[in-house]
Amino acid sequence: MAKTLRVNETPLVLYCLRRADDALILGHRLSEWCGHAPMMEEDMALANMALDLIGQARSLYTYAGQVEGEGHTEDDFAYWRDERGYRNALLVEQENDDFARTIMRQFLYASFADLYWQAMVKSKDETLAAVAAKSEKEMAYHVRHTAEWVIRLGDGTDESHERIAKALEYCWPFTGELFEADESEKGLVAEGIAADLSSLRDQWRTNVKAVLDEATLTMPQDGWMQKGGRSGRHSEYLGHLLTELQHVQHTVPGAVW
Amino acid sequence: MYTQALNNAPETGERQVEDAARMESFQARIDAEERIEPNDWMPAAYRKTLTRQISQHAHSEIVGMLPEGNWITRAPSLRRKAALLAKVQDECGHGLYLYAAAETLGTSREELVDQLLTGKAKYSSIFNYPTLTWADMGAIGWLVDGAAIMNQIPLCRCSYGPYSRAMIRVCKEESFHQRQGYENMVTLSKGNEAQKEMAQDALNRWWWPCLMMFGPPDAASQHSDQSTRWKIKRFSNDELRQKFVDATVPQAQYLGLTLPDPDLKFNEETGHWEYGVIDWEEFKQVIAGNGPCNRDRLAARNKAHAEGAWVREAALAFAEKRRARKAAA
Amino acid sequence: MKDIFPIWEVFIRSRNGLAHKHVGSLHAADATLALQAARDIYTRRGEGLSIWVVPSSAITASDPADKDMMFEPTASKIYRHPTFYEVPDEVGHM
Repeated sequence: MAKTLRVNETPLVLYCLRRADDALILGHRLSEWCGHAPMMEEDMALANMALDLIGQARSLYTYAGQVEGEGHTEDDFAYWRDERGYRNALLVEQENDDFARTIMRQFLYASFADLYWQAMVKSKDETLAAVAAKSEKEMAYHVRHTAEWVIRLGDGTDESHERIAKALEYCWPFTGELFEADESEKGLVAEGIAADLSSLRDQWRTNVKAVLDEATLTMPQDGWMQKGGRSGRHSEYLGHLLTELQHVQHTVPGAVW
Repeated sequence: MYTQALNNAPETGERQVEDAARMESFQARIDAEERIEPNDWMPAAYRKTLTRQISQHAHSEIVGMLPEGNWITRAPSLRRKAALLAKVQDECGHGLYLYAAAETLGTSREELVDQLLTGKAKYSSIFNYPTLTWADMGAIGWLVDGAAIMNQIPLCRCSYGPYSRAMIRVCKEESFHQRQGYENMVTLSKGNEAQKEMAQDALNRWWWPCLMMFGPPDAASQHSDQSTRWKIKRFSNDELRQKFVDATVPQAQYLGLTLPDPDLKFNEETGHWEYGVIDWEEFKQVIAGNGPCNRDRLAARNKAHAEGAWVREAALAFAEKRRARKAAA
Repeated sequence: MKDIFPIWEVFIRSRNGLAHKHVGSLHAADATLALQAARDIYTRRGEGLSIWVVPSSAITASDPADKDMMFEPTASKIYRHPTFYEVPDEVGHM
């Protein structure tokens, strides 16, 4: 096996990988909490959300492999691409930091993904539509759970308010990328396979604002938005995450696990 | 076992003068296999013994998340990653069921957790060993969970209702844990040389600590049979240990792995596998806090608890605000 | 200890048509979080279709000491059970 997988990134393969990478990287981040959450009840919740996302990633990688037709498995994609080959948005690779950051990152992403998968239920691609039907329910619950925490942290103590406000400020510049689509993706939108991401943004803002209002938080202005993840230009955090995620496969290459 | 430190000393410290008639009818209920429920009268020593045993069991589940949690982010396939995360999450759930059962005896969870964090409470010695390779995830599932099941199945019939009900739930859910561990070992032992080596190395390191999980030998333990009379404990340490060895030897043979015990041999007469001498000094040291990871495990739990304090305070502050707003409206 | 959460009792309805059944308890700051925690702790394997959470403090329980007085008097009321009555065989099942 080559050290880094070369993927034939046709528009649909690339499209699947972008969604799968979002789910895997965010799921991996949540799984880092396991055993260390602020309360045991929340350990259960974070693990459940992580499992939802890892499950979504697996379906999408498997489908990407089928579409690509080169015999690549879910694990080939997950374990044998380096950070330049990963296609996730920058938001999901950001470090967990404190519970406030983790919750805000999850809330902003889930608020997007919930709308996204709802729209994808109507995809002309049957496999993606099926993944969407399952994922939409999962993400709706992630929104429900994280919104409750955003509200409690925002309207809790001075310390929690300060922490969640800081987390919001930190995460916000990464939200623009969620709604970006390049030429390869626009073609899929025209074919009715992909959802038009830009059309989701107003609803996303409305939904997010409603929760932030209740949390006594101020919705940030859209300033400069960070991007690059979709084409493999990541933050420095992703490389470390992948080093860990891929460690065993790279230590003993060519093995079945 | 998960509650091993307790096996040798049921609580007899408080020699309260219990009403003899009540004691007698209590014992009669137990003998009749009735379940004792939270609000029922029970001897103070029964309450104390169970509180300690159930909370130790709960602590073990929660501390037990750490050694396996150490490999979730490094699991070598997405399938294994999901299974391991689900398994470790189950352990947290089991800890929660057990804390809930312990609380019905009158000690709050906060108090019980505090006993763990301050090092006053014990938990299973097995979780004070480090997980050094991916194969440890296989060995733990196969051996540690295998040993735990041996102990937990009889606890489903424990005389205390909430404990027995929690254990029924735990056993039902844990049936996948040992299987996922063994499947992992099968894959490794059928894999390439590096994988086989990894599997054998894990077995070498985990075998003896697993045998220690059952607690001190019957001959050496000060175990009075009070726990047995109260039907909290239904088999002795050595009985369970033997059962575990007998079940595990053929499983190791199937894997083509060697158990690290030159004295292991089958006794045709008894039908049991005889094993070598367990290093009880090592066991004593691990229980006393000198295992390779005791300090790390406690530090990790303390860190999570301390760093979560502001979150818990926020949730309480919000609940209070909401109550006040409702009252004012 | 300032961060003590109230205890909630959890009841789950497993299948349509069956009543909610007590499954255990948990700690949570408020009812909403309790409901979500109950979902994550007690329904990881498709156990539930509906969850109730009730503050433990809201439950009034009978005293085990009153057990005899409360429940034994019914033992003698055998005429409350169908087997008390005789119906001729020819009539068949009733």
